[in-house]
Amino acid sequence: MAKSKLFRVLQPLTPRARLVIGILSFVLPVALWSIISYVPAVWHPQIMITDAGSVSYLDVGAHMTRDAFADEVAQAHAENRAPPRGVAANPVYLPSPGQVLKAFYTSFTTPPESKDGQWLHQSLWHSIQIIFWGFVISSIIGVPIGVLCGAYAAIARVNEPFIEFFRYLPAPAFGALAVAILGIYDGPKIAIIVIGTFFQQVLIIANTTRKLDPALLEAALTLGTRSRKLLTRVVIPGILPDLYRDQRILLGWAWTYLIVAELIGTTSGITWFITQQARYQHFPNVYAAIAMIGIIGLGTDMLLALAGRRMFPWDRQLTKTA
Amino acid sequence: MDDVVLPANLLPSYRQQSAPVRARFEALKAREVILTVSHLQKVFESQGKSTLALKDINFTTHRREFVCVVGPSGCGKSTLIRILAGLEEHTEGDVLLLGQPVAGPGSDRGMVFQGYTLFPWLTVKKNVMFGLTVNGHGKLESEREALQWLQLIGLEKFADAYPHQLSGGMKQRVAIVRALANQPRILLMDEPFGALDAQTRCRMQAHLLEIWRKIDITILFITHDLDEAIYLADRIIVLSAHPGEVQEVIEVPVARPRSMTQFVSPEFLATKARLEELIYIGRHEQPGEEESYPILGRQTHVTDNVE
Repeated sequence: MAKSKLFRVLQPLTPRARLVIGILSFVLPVALWSIISYVPAVWHPQIMITDAGSVSYLDVGAHMTRDAFADEVAQAHAENRAPPRGVAANPVYLPSPGQVLKAFYTSFTTPPESKDGQWLHQSLWHSIQIIFWGFVISSIIGVPIGVLCGAYAAIARVNEPFIEFFRYLPAPAFGALAVAILGIYDGPKIAIIVIGTFFQQVLIIANTTRKLDPALLEAALTLGTRSRKLLTRVVIPGILPDLYRDQRILLGWAWTYLIVAELIGTTSGITWFITQQARYQHFPNVYAAIAMIGIIGLGTDMLLALAGRRMFPWDRQLTKTA
Repeated sequence: MDDVVLPANLLPSYRQQSAPVRARFEALKAREVILTVSHLQKVFESQGKSTLALKDINFTTHRREFVCVVGPSGCGKSTLIRILAGLEEHTEGDVLLLGQPVAGPGSDRGMVFQGYTLFPWLTVKKNVMFGLTVNGHGKLESEREALQWLQLIGLEKFADAYPHQLSGGMKQRVAIVRALANQPRILLMDEPFGALDAQTRCRMQAHLLEIWRKIDITILFITHDLDEAIYLADRIIVLSAHPGEVQEVIEVPVARPRSMTQFVSPEFLATKARLEELIYIGRHEQPGEEESYPILGRQTHVTDNVE
């Protein structure tokens, strides 16, 4: 019976089931990761040395394959030397959940390796600024053009064929060009995010605008509304909740362009932090930094969803879901 | 349709009017003409094929008259009212409002649609204010007027509610006063109660008559419900389908004020019989216009009968 209740086509879950299953969506992958990390019988293809014994080239903490370790042990026994000792371990690039959890704190307290380097919070803040400006610049141009394209067929016709073509061009392909024009610092990075967001934005918002119920336009017309007021008093308020939803989705896309954007010119922001940490093999920090991007992204979206419900109390779709 | 027994010989003629009804019609026709439709023609062009939707439509409405338009489905009722509202263009002929040709939609003609078309992002009060503010009235003045209109229909308690919080009947009442707030010369209503349940519809009909009685407004009302048309209208314009043509303009002989008890009065029944004759029987004269439904083969046991 429980099963039949959970799997009904297009039916909502009970609030309890919603909460439990929602938590499971995070718990399950973490549980899988924990099993791989903490159960030595699962995977653990390497040995981490705890005592070098008589083997001169081994250091405590070094990783080696099980086979090589077994050879060393066998050889030491044969020659009556002290054998090396070690424990089963995963490769360094797969830290355990505990290590990564600790890294959430320690990565903030670890000073930068180089003198001119940045602390994690500085890197993150820099990335957030890049995203913010990229998204704002794209929106300032893209939202009005999108609405106009949706409202006026002629404007759509003059813009959309070219935009349809342009949106297939991968934004990072403009990296070298952006550096040539805008220098090596933040300019080209913001440009990549703008290029990655803008063209989709125009098309999506134009489509949203076209989905406005034409009956509302007709009602406004029969009430004596004229051209420009039709746009400002009916079209824009009418699509606002949907436009807001679109913007939330587009902001998510902007984040996915972040890493590529930050590699252009001088590497900066969270990308710089991640590459630095990977270079020094501080993999828990790498995972923590990647997870932080997700947490910031999801957190922002949840806040925006909450704000949306406040801003558009009439929008039933918004209050119903999420 | 052979089995339709029209008790025509038992009923008075629908043309027969009692003295008060006749006097009322004379007074009505003496009033100034609000809307004149003459030789109106509408041709739809699609894929190189042109279809004549409305053919040579002629009628006039007088001030404070209540006119209903009925006709079989596909007769172009909605096209007609959309042309009058200025939402569609006509191919030939004239539409005159107080003698002036109509071009495009305007606040001099109010419209109420079947879907409620209230602006979901505005409160009830602001919906009613909408027409006033877009036409340049001040905010305070518009607000005061909107509240008066809401009081008139007894919805002042809901002034700050959003449309989705209202029932269908309430929404349509708000839509009616939203259109009336502009003080149009004529109110065009396109099957406004079609989406309501039967009970609400009856109450809305009475309510609409009440509003009409109290306000200087001419109403052109489209419906496919013949009882509704007779109950509401002074005159009923009957359209035929393919092409939409005026078959007859019927002066409803039922006395005013109207009440539900008149539904069984001889005048009412005579008018209804005439309308049915025009609409249902008239349709059979144009065979092939509408596909007949197939007769099904029996799918149950021969002894298992339901009627």
